[in-house]
Order: sequence, then structure tokens, then C-alpha cells
Amino acid sequence: MRRYTDKTNAQAKSYHTDRFYQVPQTPKAAVDSDEIFAADYKSLSAKFDIKDAYIEIGQLVVIIDPKDNKEVMTHLRDKCGYTFLSEMSAMDYLAKDGEYEIFYQLLAMKKRKRMRVKCRLKEEHAIESLYDVYKSADWAEREMFDMLGVKVNNHPYMKRILMPEDWEGHPLLKTYPLVGDEAGQWYEIDKIFGKEYRDVVGPENRDTKRIDPKDTKNFARIGHEVGYGEKPVSKPDHAYDEFQEEGGVPLITRFTKENQKTLKERK
Amino acid sequence: MQTPNRLQPFYENLVFEKEDNRMIVNFGPQHPSAHGQLRLILELDGEQVAKAVPDIGYLHRGMEKMAENMIYNEYLPTTDRMDYIAATSNNYGFALAVERLLGIEKDVPRRAKVIRTMLLELNRIISHLFWLATHALDVGAMSVFLYCFREREFAMDLMEDYCGARLTHSAVRIGGVPLDLPDGWLSNLSEFIRNMPDNIADYEGLLDQNRIWKMRLEEVGTLTPEDALDWGCSGPTLRGSGIAYDIRKEEPYEIYDELDFKVPVADSNDSYGRYKLYMAEMRESLKIIKQCIDLYKDTEPDLMADVPQYISAPKERVMTENYALMQHFVLVTQGMRPPVGEVYVPTESPKGELGFFIRSEGDPYPYRLKVRAPSFWHTSLLQHMLPGHYLADVVTIIGNLNIVFGEIDR
Repeated sequence: MRRYTDKTNAQAKSYHTDRFYQVPQTPKAAVDSDEIFAADYKSLSAKFDIKDAYIEIGQLVVIIDPKDNKEVMTHLRDKCGYTFLSEMSAMDYLAKDGEYEIFYQLLAMKKRKRMRVKCRLKEEHAIESLYDVYKSADWAEREMFDMLGVKVNNHPYMKRILMPEDWEGHPLLKTYPLVGDEAGQWYEIDKIFGKEYRDVVGPENRDTKRIDPKDTKNFARIGHEVGYGEKPVSKPDHAYDEFQEEGGVPLITRFTKENQKTLKERK
Repeated sequence: MQTPNRLQPFYENLVFEKEDNRMIVNFGPQHPSAHGQLRLILELDGEQVAKAVPDIGYLHRGMEKMAENMIYNEYLPTTDRMDYIAATSNNYGFALAVERLLGIEKDVPRRAKVIRTMLLELNRIISHLFWLATHALDVGAMSVFLYCFREREFAMDLMEDYCGARLTHSAVRIGGVPLDLPDGWLSNLSEFIRNMPDNIADYEGLLDQNRIWKMRLEEVGTLTPEDALDWGCSGPTLRGSGIAYDIRKEEPYEIYDELDFKVPVADSNDSYGRYKLYMAEMRESLKIIKQCIDLYKDTEPDLMADVPQYISAPKERVMTENYALMQHFVLVTQGMRPPVGEVYVPTESPKGELGFFIRSEGDPYPYRLKVRAPSFWHTSLLQHMLPGHYLADVVTIIGNLNIVFGEIDR
């Protein structure tokens, strides 16, 4: 049978993967192997439904139900000392499972321990805002919505943060095109001049190396410069232009190539 | 009421409302004191800020999206463009995250670790000097700006001598550093750190007892420890509120656990306390570099970790051994494939906690890469901090928070 591939995924893909390649896993330890994490896990699992928990690369990972995210965080902040929300965002597993994976990265400064709380959220569902627990979730949740389209309930000011307010689509989704869709490509032209102006402006030139040899007004190759409106030259008769008047300017020493000095070492 | 049309646009800079006499002022996005493309919508009651709404995104380049479409080694130079004031700390944060994901952190040779620590601290000094220069300029002390940039220039020359670039260094690689220190570099560095304490004393001489400086900074931008934690502040902003949490000390990476340095803390919670803190941090960085110079002398000359399935073998082996050449070819064309899993690695960048979260699905491309840029969280603090301050203090607070837009918008 042909291998399943996600047709909607617009991301770069590895062009070759060895058929017999065994993908290794990061080492995961049981929660009991660390005393502090075991205590945290115990106090958490007594109150909430924990789907999975393990220690990955020195940090406790706990997978919870998205419905109790706020209660779990309040518990971790007040009872376990995780007073610092250092990072939060989401990952796109829509094609595979129809879900977002949301992670919250926490730090307990007194214990010097970091943990990650994760949950899976259905695409059409919304997650509760953590603004009341950690104020820093304010912008992080806005960014999460902006970049991935995760809906957040009870947020004080839910708006796009990095992209313009009227932008279409959420850029960090795997389905988002890499080279810009039509709306993205003409966004500024449409907004400033109107759609009918697209023909006047023409498509954006993304080739940074493209030089129009007939264009003497905007850019010319170095050494091939000509005056305004003059015909372009293919072969320059001078290697360097001297950009100073022949007669000289009072008080200013005329720069010539013979007079220049190169320092052997730093002054 | 304004009736906007194409010829008479809506003046979003000025809105007068008769009832409460409040004025909306657009601070930026092209304001020289906004340290980049920050648009701050301020609601003013007289000269006092009643409400502040920061608007960001003008420098958004989609760096996290780019990361998902690049092999790991390809992405490293992109990280330069985030906090471009101290590029090496970004490179290093990313490199360390990938090393932890691969499980090769211990394989990084000692000399590479010493060089990395040296570069990180040199970058911290560069960044702090830049911070002091621009902050002082915003507040009106032009001469400090000139002096700081003079010393920063020497430090940047050192970076240039090492890696060839002044701003976007890419001086760190996943698994080590690409180059050994050039001849005479250490003596130049020693000279730099010998002169630096006098220079710092000069800045302090200009500012410490300066009446204007004190009036502009004392009791301005007060941040209680509870708020600092709540709003996700880190680095000097957190330590300026009396919480002594430095990742170099608490969760040591590289060789920081062997080094002798203090974590300065300021208890006054205001901008002036943070200024004193930055000064103390520069002195500590000088101390660290001094120790690194001594440590460098007794290290083996290896520079890159020897893990040929993830990192190309040394050139000599690639050119002489068939299998090493094959591995090198696959690594260059397809990229390394880290194990399936997640990692979040925090490092102490000059601005605060710089974290890289990487989710790997075993492909040469990260499935998700999230950058925890300290400035992003510090900018969100503005909406909490600014109300109640006067318009002139807004500039002080923005400058004092040390925000860089490359890493806020990413």
C-alpha cells in the first residue's frame, strides 16, 4: 500500500528518508525518579485527571484535560510553587488528529524546577484564558490565536498581535502556504490603493538579483553608473568615480586613491 | 466627528473628545525612542497616561515559520536577526536547545565551551553598553551615548576579529564553535577588560549623582516583585525587583558552574535600581571573561563535538574516511534528524530568559519551534506599567526595559 501523506501540508519536506531508518526517541524517565517532581505529580493527580506524566530531558511533562487548564495552573501556582509562566503556545496536529496541542512551560524558582503542562484541544473547541492566573498569558494567548487560530475564552483583549487585524489565515498552520496566497501577496496594494490598482503596480519582484539593464534611474551595477536619463553603458571606461569637484572645497582635503592609508592593526 | 475619505484620511493621531478631555496619542511606530517599530497608543489625561496599548508586529518576519522549513544548521544564522544587539546569545540558545535534544551537550569540547562563554559575556557587555547608550540618549545624556559607543566599538572589533561579523555573528555552531581564537585575540581581549572598569566608572561618574538622571529615573517604572513574576519578567528586569534568579547561576549551562561570579540584585524596584544593576552586571561579566582567559590556556584544541551521526566529522576524517564522508554528505544535503521529542531550553541572554522550545518528529525540520524572547514579555508589561506615569516617563520606561524589536516580532 502507498504510504499515507498529508496532502494539505504545505511545509518543506525531506526529499529522501531511508526506508529502514529507525527514528530514535528522546529518553523519558518515570516521574518517581525525581523526588520533587514526584511530590508535585502526587498533589496534582489527587485532584485532577492526568492522562500521562513523565520526565523528558530534565523537565516534568504532564498531560491534562483541556477543560481543567485553569484549575490545574492555579493549583500549580499556589500549591506547588510554579509561580512563573515562562512560555506557552500551541502546535498544529489538525491534519493528523483534528487537534491542537497546547503547552504551558512553567518554572518554580524556589525549587529550580521546570515543568510543561500539555493538553490536546479539538479544533472547534476553545480553551480557557489563563489571564487570571498569570498576567503574562495575555500576549502569549493573543500570539497563539494569531499564529495558529486557537480560540481562547474570557481573554480581556483577544485580537491579533503580530499580523494585521484583517489578515486572512493563521501563518503557523501547516496548511498555510509558504510563498504567500493571493490575499497576502496583494494585501498592501488592496488596502492602500484598492483592488483595481493591482495591474498598475504589477506583481512583486522577489528576485533580489534581478537587474534591469535599461533602468538608469533606480539601480545600476557598480562601475556602470551613468547620468540621469543617459543611455546605459555595457563597459565602463572608468573604474571608480571621483565624487568631488575638480576645484576642491575649502577646508576639505581632496581624497585621492594615492593618498589613502591602510592601517596594519587596530589603533 | 471626522468623516474620513480617501483625500481626507482619518487622523488617528489625534482624537479629541469633549466630555472627558482625554487625548489619544500615537507614540510611534517611527519614534526614535521606541527602540524599533513600537506603536504605543496612549490615552492621555493631561500629561498623565491613563491607558496604554502597545501595538507590535511591524518587524514580523515569521521566524518560527522559517524554522519549520529549514534544517537545523540552516536556521542558526537566522537566529542572529532576533536580538541583533547580542546575536551570539541567540545562536547559543538555539545551539544549546538542539544539543540537549540530541543529547550531545556533554560531547561539546572544553575549548569550545570556554570560547562560547567568553563570547556570551562579551555579547552581554556589548548589549549592556548599547542599552546604557540609548537609554541615556533618550533621557537626554548625549555624552554617555558617545562614550558607550566608543567602548562598544572595541568590543565589536573583538567580535569581528573572531568571526568576521560585527552584528550578526553566527559565531556558535550546533556542537561547538567553528574556529579557534585568532593569534593575539586574547591579549586584545585582556586589554579590553583591563580598561573597561575605568570606563564603567566614568559612566557612573557622569550619571550616578547626576541630578537630571536621578530625577528622570528614580521612582519611575516601579515594578513590584509580584508583578514582575506575574507578567513573566526575566533577566535584569526581574532582578531589578529584588528576585535573584539568574539562569546562569540556578540552572547552570556551559562552564558557568565553575566560574566565580555574583548575581547583582536591586531592591529599589525602579529604573534607577535597574541602571545600577546593569552596571554591576557588566563588572561581573568582565570577571567571568577574565577567568575564561585563564581556563582557555589548558584546554585541548578540539572545537566540535565528535558525534558523526549528527555533526560532520572533522575535515581531516571527512577527507580520509569513506563513511565519515558519506555521513557528512547526508548531513549537508538532508540535515540531521534529532530524536522524536520536545525540549525547552532557557538561557540567560542579556535581556532575560531566552528560551527555545523545539518539537521534533524525527524529520530534518523541526515540527514546531517557539522562541521565548524576553523582550516580548517585557513589552506586554508596558500596558500595566505605563498608566499613572507622565508622558516624558514613557520614554524612560521603554528605554529602561531594554526591548529589542527583532526578538519581539521575530
